[in-house]
Order: sequence, then structure tokens, then C-alpha cells
Amino acid sequence: MLGWLRFARVTVRAGADMRARFSAGERVVVLDRVHSGHMRTPVYVRGKVGEVVRVVGPMLNPEQLAYGFSGAPGKMLYRVRFRQTDLWPDYSGSARDCLELELYEHWIAPEASRAGGTQ
Amino acid sequence: MTRAFHDLGGEPAGALDRCEHPTSFFEKRIDAMLMLLSDGRRRLIRVDEHRRTMEQFGAELYWSLPYYQRWLHSITSLMLEKGILTREELDARMAEIRARYGAGGG
Repeated sequence: MLGWLRFARVTVRAGADMRARFSAGERVVVLDRVHSGHMRTPVYVRGKVGEVVRVVGPMLNPEQLAYGFSGAPGKMLYRVRFRQTDLWPDYSGSARDCLELELYEHWIAPEASRAGGTQ
Repeated sequence: MTRAFHDLGGEPAGALDRCEHPTSFFEKRIDAMLMLLSDGRRRLIRVDEHRRTMEQFGAELYWSLPYYQRWLHSITSLMLEKGILTREELDARMAEIRARYGAGGG
């Protein structure tokens, strides 16, 4: 499966001249919006609040790569940490258990915007 | 929010089958095809295209296929979509192989 692991490396680095809107430590909410076509933001995390662990960097956009386009301009990718107890109401493990996901910038917003409705 | 059929996180799924199973020659061939078609020299299939294509199967076809059969269907779809193979070429080759193995007209 080594070949597959190489192939499935999710991200391809894009141009470096891109500013990250969020930084490590910031709390963000995952947007829950209608999206048709390929995307990499699972339903179980929509509307949930997590903390940016690190800025991974600008990556070619998989939502475009999926249809044979270049994926440029890239999208900033972030590693975001969620508490398992925030994701699953019936979670029975430790309250300190976390899950980390990599999410693209257009799928997250500042936590403060959460109450604001349809962002 | 709409949940696509392949987006399974949090859905009940029963017990996990943790047994390794030996990889068949057929599966290794499909793996090799995908690796070659996607390597740095050819770059005919990107992982995101491969995923998107399998997501487009629809739930019925997707769940009826074993893992590597999904890959095979995805490779076939993408080669047709990109015009690298034509349906006629594919059909002709399949007929040739069927004849070679003496399969009936089914």
C-alpha cells in the first residue's frame, strides 16, 4: 500500500504568496453550507467549534483538482483540533480526547461569527 | 445539511472486521494501474478525481462493488472522461479477451 499512501497524500503545495486568515490558537467554527460536488469537509464536523493547531500552508484546491482543473489559486489549509465530546453527544471516552482534521480556509470562520446565522 | 452516501462519519456501522486478507493478483494489477496512471510522469489521475468519480457512482453501485472494483470502475470512467480510451476501444478489447478465454455470449 506504499504506492497508495504516496498517491493519496491529500495535499499539493500551492504558491507561497498567500496570507493565512487564521493563526494557531484561534477558535473557529466549521461552516455548514450547501455544497454540490466533491469536498473534503465531513458532515459530522459541520457547525462544530475547534481550535487551529497550525497553519499547514497553501494547497491546490481539491474541489477543483477533482474535476481535472489546476486547483489554482490554492487554498490555505489548517490543522484544527476538536474535542471528541463536542463532536459526539454520547462520547464515553475521556473528556480530554481530541480529533484533528485538516480543513481548508473557505470552510471555517471565526467562532464569533457562529451566532450570526448563515455565514 | 445534506449527507452524501460516502460521508459515513458517526453513522452506525457495526463491528469492524480487523482481519487482514491476502491481496489477489487481480487487486495488485488494479493497484499498479492506478499508481502508473497517477505517477509524476503521466499524471493522468489525481487522487481527488479518483475520489470524486467514486462518489459519483451513486450509493447502489458503490456499495455493490468490492474495494478494488471501485478503483477499476473509477479508472475506466476517468480514462473515458478524458478521452484517453474510447468506449469502442474498450468494448473491442473486452470482446477480444472474452473470445480468448472462450466465454459464452453472456
